[in-house]
Amino acid sequence: MSTRMLLLLSVLWAAAATAAPNQYGVLHEERSLYTRILVHQDDDLLCLKFTLVRSDSNQSCKDLSQPKRMVFAYAQMSMAALLFNPTPKRILIVGLGGGTLPMALRELVPTATIETVEIDPAVVRVATDFFDYRSDEKNLIVTEDARVYGKRAKIRGLRYDLIILDAFNGDYIPEHLMTMEYLQEMRELLTPDGTLVANTFSTSNLYHHESNSYRQVFGDFINYRRKDTGNRVVLIPQAQRDGDARTRLTKEQLMARAQELDTDLRPYGVPIIRIAREVAAASRARPDWNLRKRPLSDQYSPANLLRKP
Amino acid sequence: MIPVIYLLAFSGGFVIMSLELLGGRILAPYFGSGIYIWGSIITIFMLSLSIGYLLGGRLSVHNPSSSRFAAIFAVAAVLLLPLTVYAQDLMEFIFLRVEDPRYGSLLASVVLFGLPTVILGMISPYSVRLLVENVAESGRIAGALYFVSTLGSAIGTLMTSFYFVLWFEMNTIILLLIGCLALLAALAFSADKTFNK
Repeated sequence: MSTRMLLLLSVLWAAAATAAPNQYGVLHEERSLYTRILVHQDDDLLCLKFTLVRSDSNQSCKDLSQPKRMVFAYAQMSMAALLFNPTPKRILIVGLGGGTLPMALRELVPTATIETVEIDPAVVRVATDFFDYRSDEKNLIVTEDARVYGKRAKIRGLRYDLIILDAFNGDYIPEHLMTMEYLQEMRELLTPDGTLVANTFSTSNLYHHESNSYRQVFGDFINYRRKDTGNRVVLIPQAQRDGDARTRLTKEQLMARAQELDTDLRPYGVPIIRIAREVAAASRARPDWNLRKRPLSDQYSPANLLRKP
Repeated sequence: MIPVIYLLAFSGGFVIMSLELLGGRILAPYFGSGIYIWGSIITIFMLSLSIGYLLGGRLSVHNPSSSRFAAIFAVAAVLLLPLTVYAQDLMEFIFLRVEDPRYGSLLASVVLFGLPTVILGMISPYSVRLLVENVAESGRIAGALYFVSTLGSAIGTLMTSFYFVLWFEMNTIILLLIGCLALLAALAFSADKTFNK
């Protein structure tokens, strides 16, 4: 082989090497007691998944070039809670995922005490090892069933200013965390002005059943949906009060709050001004689901079967 | 009479597994849905069944009859009734006293399912006694009974987890199981009368 040929080959090799620095593939895989956990990287996007087959099964993603950015719309949408109370003192998060929400809230509301309840110790390990989740004295992690934890928290007299239910993005839905009785238990854990946020389903039959469960327990709620995601966020400010005893923020008030939050939320990629506008619209919207579908209860909660098409 | 006994053995298997599956649902609001829940339920069902087998075998020694067989079903039906009424209160009581959900769920399983499952466990050995007439056929008959009652268990599992939970509330399913046991008790009892005539 001539020197020129060798030179050409090495140039091509170098070009190929620089053109494809993409990390792509599964970095970590483990089977826990509850699910199969995959950590998958595609370029700068590091994702926690529960299955490789479905592309929409990402549980949580981190953008390595902008680690603070919230990749998913539903994570951004749940930050709407800050519009109603920008400085909650006590926060309860059900479901850890990659730890996006507790880590962001830890930085955004440094005075708050955050408790995250996650049943699966393997998820906690993966969030820590791959997604930089860090617990500390004000960012606590509890490895326990959320229903049991909630009941014990009530006995211990704990009350929260913000509760985020975020346990419903996996392939298997914990059915005992979707019932009216559970939602009632969560309602009783809120302070009078406390907000409840739930990331839940907007597709399949389950949407109707679930919406009616929230309606039964809380009366009217803000059903915040976006066309571009399979999720919707249930927002209930002052959830402990009866529907007519709640103070409704006007669109102007929401927009003013959003303006105040905008600078802080920008590094997280949360378009809070757009969110405030959408929340204002959503709080005027009428129910768009079938009101006759049976609400879910401890007696009737086949959530996983209802989710099938 | 013989087909009736097989039908009863089948239904016994059906009810046991249907109940076991509902067990997970019943315990979840107080003790969660961790793997230990199934550990508690399966342990208590196995333990209760084993005691039931022993007692059923003992009971079959003296004056075996279809009416006594019927009584087993009637007693099981009666013992299941509190499950529809007092389950919440009993679990609340245990939840407040036992902090660890593993031992809480184990204790709740004993209280809620122990006794009815012991009685349901008596069905199989008692059926063997009613069917076997000589030693030579005992193995064949025991085999056929295991076949029928385990088939009942399989179908009970499938129907409950695929369809019943989608169609009915939990208490409705338990009441259906109770109704089924009561009906079978009546059937065995009347079969005994016609059989002895």
